[in-house]
Amino acid sequence: MQRSAIGWWLLLLPAFLLMTVFYIAPILQVLTISVTEPELGFGNYERLLTNMGVQRVIGTTLRIGLVTTVIALLLGYALAYVITLATPRAQRWWLLGVLLPLWISVLVRAFAWVTLLRRQGLVNQGLQAAGIIEAPLALVWNEFGIVIGMVHYMVPYAVLPILASMREIDPRLLAAARGLGASRRTAFLRVFLPLSAPGLVAAGVLVFIFSLGFYITPAILGGGKTLMAAEWIKLQILDIIRWGLGTMLATVMVVAILVTLGIFSRIVDLRRMFGARA
Amino acid sequence: MTIAGFVAPSAGMVLLDGSDITPLPPERRDFGMVFQGYALFPHMTVAENVAFPLRVRGLSRADRDAKVRAALDLVQLDRFADRRPSQLSGGQQQRVALARALVFDPALLLLDEPLSALDKKLRAELQEELKALHRRVGRTFVNVTHDQDEALSLSDQVAILNHGRLIQLGAPEALYEQPRTRFVADFLGKSNFLQGLVQESHLGGLRVQSGATTLVQQAPRALRPVAGSPALLSLRPEKIALLAAGETAENMVEGHIAAWSYLGAGFLLVVRTADLGEIRVTLPSWRAPIAPAEGLAVRLGWSADAAVPVLDDAA
Repeated sequence: MQRSAIGWWLLLLPAFLLMTVFYIAPILQVLTISVTEPELGFGNYERLLTNMGVQRVIGTTLRIGLVTTVIALLLGYALAYVITLATPRAQRWWLLGVLLPLWISVLVRAFAWVTLLRRQGLVNQGLQAAGIIEAPLALVWNEFGIVIGMVHYMVPYAVLPILASMREIDPRLLAAARGLGASRRTAFLRVFLPLSAPGLVAAGVLVFIFSLGFYITPAILGGGKTLMAAEWIKLQILDIIRWGLGTMLATVMVVAILVTLGIFSRIVDLRRMFGARA
Repeated sequence: MTIAGFVAPSAGMVLLDGSDITPLPPERRDFGMVFQGYALFPHMTVAENVAFPLRVRGLSRADRDAKVRAALDLVQLDRFADRRPSQLSGGQQQRVALARALVFDPALLLLDEPLSALDKKLRAELQEELKALHRRVGRTFVNVTHDQDEALSLSDQVAILNHGRLIQLGAPEALYEQPRTRFVADFLGKSNFLQGLVQESHLGGLRVQSGATTLVQQAPRALRPVAGSPALLSLRPEKIALLAAGETAENMVEGHIAAWSYLGAGFLLVVRTADLGEIRVTLPSWRAPIAPAEGLAVRLGWSADAAVPVLDDAA
C-alpha cells in the first residue's frame, strides 16, 4: 500500500474505533445474549417455530412494513415525477417541502397525527360536520394509524432514490418514443417506468428495511394494541425481563436485513441509489 | 419540431401529400425520426429498440420479428441484434436509430441534427453512410442541420431557415451559385460582400460604383436593383483570379496581401484594397502563380458573371 493511502486510512481510524467500541461491540454483546440466556443454546430460536406470539409479531411487522412500503413508493414516485418535470426553481421548493418533515422529531409528528386522527380529532370532527359519517371512525390506535404515521415518515426516503434515477433519464428518450408512435401513456410505461425502476427498487428496499425497525411511531399510533417487532423487543427486555427472547428477535432482524442488503447490493449499485454517479 | 408535431406552428399548415396534418400529435403522424444523439432506449437491446415502433402499433410477434430482421439487414446490423446500445460504436448506433425509424415504413424520415454532436471525421463517415442508405431506401429524408457542408453534400433540396423563416429553397448548386440574400450566401460556403451604389441598371447588367472603383455585374431582371439604389454583391473567394502583369478582366482591383494561410489544397489570401475593403481569395496551392507573402502587391480580377447581387438581410 502506498504511504498516502495509509495516511487516509489513519484518518478514518478514530471514527472506526468509536463505532467499534460504542456501537458494534455493544450490539454484538446484546446479540450473544440471545444464545446464552436463560441457558446456552438455541432455545430462544426454537420459539420462532413454536410460539404463536412471536410469529404474530413478525407477521404484523412484515404486513405493516409491506403496506407502508407500497403506499410510500406510490406517493414517492408521483412526487419524484412531478419534481423531475418541474422548472429548476420549482424543484427547489418541492425538495424543501419533501425534506422539511425530516427535520421534525418523529415524536412530535406521531403526537400530531394522534391529535388529528383521534375520535375527537380534526379529521373525525370535520367529516362529522360535513355529514359524511355519523359516528367517529377508528383512525388511530390500530394498524391504520400506524401506517399513516409511517408512510408520512417514509415518503422522503422513497422520493430521494427515485428522484436520483429519474434525473438520469434523458428527456429526449420520451420525445423519441412519442415520435416513433407511442402515446404519452405508452411512452411512460415502456420507457420512463423501466428506466426509473432501479430507483423504485432501491427506494422499496430502503423503506421496507426502515419500516421493520420502527419503534416510536407504532408505539404511539398503535396505542399498545398493535405490536411491531421493535416494541415487542422492548417489552421483552424492559417489562418482562426476558432478555434472551428479546435479543433473539433483534438478532433475527439484523441478520434478515443484512441478508436482504447483501442480495440487493448484487442487483443494484448501492452508491448510485443515493445519487452518486458510478 | 413543427414537422414532427412537438411544436404547433404560429401560422400556416403542415401538409403531407396534400392533406393537412397540423393538428395531429407526434405519435399519429407516422414519421420515422432520428434524434440528436440518437435517443436509443438504453434498457432495450438493439432488436427491442427497432421493434419499439412496431410494438406500440400493436403488431403481432411474428410480423415484428420479420420486420425487425429486415430492417437490421438493411443497415447491416443483424449480428448485433442482442447487444445493448451502450455496447455499440457511434456509427452502429446511428444505424440502429435509422433502422428503428424505418422499420414501420414511414411516409417520411425526419433527422433532427443527428450528427451534430460528433467529431468531424466520424461525421463525414456517417454522412456517406446516410447518403448510401438514402439511395437504398428511396424515401424522403428531411435532415435538419447547422452544418453547411452536410446540407450541400447530402441534399437534393435545401431549405434555408433563419429565425424560423424560410429564406430560400432550392437545389444545393442553385443555392450556392444563386443565393438570394446575404444570409444564404454567408451560410453556404464563404463569400465576400461588396457594397456600392448602382450607377446604371439595364439589360446587360449593372454598373456599381464603390469608391473610385467601378464594377460591372450581370444580373437577371428579377434581381436587378434600380439605378441610384445601394447594391450588395456576393463574390465567392474561388472565383477571383490573381492577374499576371498585362492580364485583364472585366473587374479589376489592386491591393496587397494583409494575411494568408496555407490550407493544404490551397491558399487563403486576405487582400486589402482601397475601395472594397478586405477581399478573401482562395487559390490552389499546386503550381500557385505566386508565393504568398504579407505586404505583397497583387491585382485581383473577376468576370461580370462571377458575383451575384443579393439582398442585404443581415441585421
